[in-house]
Amino acid sequence: MNRATFPHRVLPWLLIAPQLLISLVFFYWPAVQALWQSTLREDAFGLKTTFVGLANFRKVLADPAYLNAIQVTVVFSILTAFFSMAVALFLAVQAEKVVRGKGFYRTVLIWPYAVAPAIAGMLWLFMFNPSFGSLAWPLKQMGIDWDPLLNGKQAMGLVIAAASWKQISYNFLFFVAGLQAIPKSLIEAAAIDGAGSRRRFWTIVFPLLAPTSFFLLVVNGVYALFDTFGIIHAVTGGGPGKATETLVYKVYNDGFVNLQLGSSAAQSVILMAIVIGLTAFQFRFIERRVHYG
Amino acid sequence: MATLSLKDVRKSYGKTEVIHGVSIDVEDGEFVVIVGPSGCGKSTLLRMVAGLEAISSGVIEIGGTVVNDLEPRARDIAMVFQNYALYPHMTVADNMGYGLKIAGLPKAERAEKVRRAAEMLDLLPYLDRKPRALSGGQRQRVAMGRALVRDPAAFLFDEPLSNLDAKLRVQMRLQIKELQRTVGITSLYVTHDQVEAMTLADRLIVMNAGVAEQIDTPMAIYDRPANTFVAGFIGSPAMNILPARINAAGNGVILDGGPEIGLPDRLPASVGPGKTVLLGIRPEHFTLSRDGMAGSFPVVVHAVETLGADAYAHGRLTAVAPDSLVVRVPGHLDLHPGRPIHVVPNRDMLHLFEPETGKRL
Repeated sequence: MNRATFPHRVLPWLLIAPQLLISLVFFYWPAVQALWQSTLREDAFGLKTTFVGLANFRKVLADPAYLNAIQVTVVFSILTAFFSMAVALFLAVQAEKVVRGKGFYRTVLIWPYAVAPAIAGMLWLFMFNPSFGSLAWPLKQMGIDWDPLLNGKQAMGLVIAAASWKQISYNFLFFVAGLQAIPKSLIEAAAIDGAGSRRRFWTIVFPLLAPTSFFLLVVNGVYALFDTFGIIHAVTGGGPGKATETLVYKVYNDGFVNLQLGSSAAQSVILMAIVIGLTAFQFRFIERRVHYG
Repeated sequence: MATLSLKDVRKSYGKTEVIHGVSIDVEDGEFVVIVGPSGCGKSTLLRMVAGLEAISSGVIEIGGTVVNDLEPRARDIAMVFQNYALYPHMTVADNMGYGLKIAGLPKAERAEKVRRAAEMLDLLPYLDRKPRALSGGQRQRVAMGRALVRDPAAFLFDEPLSNLDAKLRVQMRLQIKELQRTVGITSLYVTHDQVEAMTLADRLIVMNAGVAEQIDTPMAIYDRPANTFVAGFIGSPAMNILPARINAAGNGVILDGGPEIGLPDRLPASVGPGKTVLLGIRPEHFTLSRDGMAGSFPVVVHAVETLGADAYAHGRLTAVAPDSLVVRVPGHLDLHPGRPIHVVPNRDMLHLFEPETGKRL
């Protein structure tokens, strides 16, 4: 490996300074702030701040609403990551088979990624609104008692569908690239070895996509945990009841709506710990099984 | 084990036909090599036999069964790819046993077959390794092993040696030939390397631009090339092909540039005195001679390639002649560019071709 070296001592620091500055201002500073705030209690009028140690954490972890949010988050994240990746992989495999207009299909399938989360949420809300949704009507005609405003499970289904749909394009793009990186002769060799197309997919293509799948698993996990706030906010607002209130949504709700800053900060800190733990786990235990070509 | 036959097989992409009706009959256990320059359609032909490309018309039979519309897996063939196409996430043993596993063979039987093939190919110590931990030659052997364990009706080889270095290529060439003899499986082998083609083939197919120009044993093709393309492609360095004219008596040819060379045989009636022809002489079919010896003519040398045992003298009949001529001479000969050497062509090794069509006369 040929490493570029700078004779100067200050220059390297200068070059990474912008990135460092951004990280400091937008990541470390708020993180430290949250950490500090999670140990404080603010009175209702903002006149007095008391140091309470770990009281906020104790309170949060004993709160049944918080435990509910954890459960909602787990269900929501796993299903969102699974569906967005599974559908994207299916579409990518099908798009590979297309002979004519490959580029067209790919381009069209990538567009949803350009839609902002809140807008995506609104689209799904309009389509499935029980009173005027264009897709709610056929559901009702089929005899389904469609009402995500009252039925928690249906509301959950709706946000999962919206959140998955939003991410499918992104995953699709990576899966297409991943599929293209698999030498065609491997598939042909497997075909000659007697494997049918389904068998070829599961024994050759899928294992060779593992690096892509692993990367997407990490990205989709983070996406489902954090970036879906806009969709949930637009579609259900965490309701009905607390049926779709994820951890991130609860942080926002408690902090900015209910103004319990200490509790909200404590929740952020817990969330931070969860994400760090999850990512470490993924790299330690799942990446081992990934084969890089 | 089976015969393999192609009858007027054609392939078109859209309106462009790239294979113009090739017919081959490969006998049971025969080793047939398809050789040709890149882009001549030889790989396409092989892929059509494998079932990886659809054929546009014609019939392909393997073991007497028409396989035109059969999937590759139903054709009972094994193929060795140019880049080996080993499954990178599987061990050597799994790579070799993949086809057997799909065929539903019990584990113990599978392991036994893989072990036997690995033994033949000196791969026993590597069975638990992944392909990336192997050298090029070892990977090539794994690819061979994968074909071997399946015990198919026919082997198809798509330039299997072109990714190896020269020394290894010679070694593997011998090994492939030996292996094919031992197991006696009908083989179709594609290469652009004419040395590989000559040494491996029981029969040789020389292809050019989607047409099988000549199908025969390697020596027959070397001795009696069917046209100027085959003449120029088989043999290294390539055969000298020079414009010439039949002499008045009809028993010799006069080269453009002077010298007359006697012909041994009676010419066919169509080749009368005065007819222009193309004369082919291989570089190895010249004998050096002293100045003025009967039948000799001078060649003005302008470049010399020394290989050791031999040297190739590139020269011209006269200092201004347009066509260059290559003559094989002993390696120790002291040659100087600009000076002439005197050569006598071997009269029994002359080839005459029709100038317009390039066909042998």
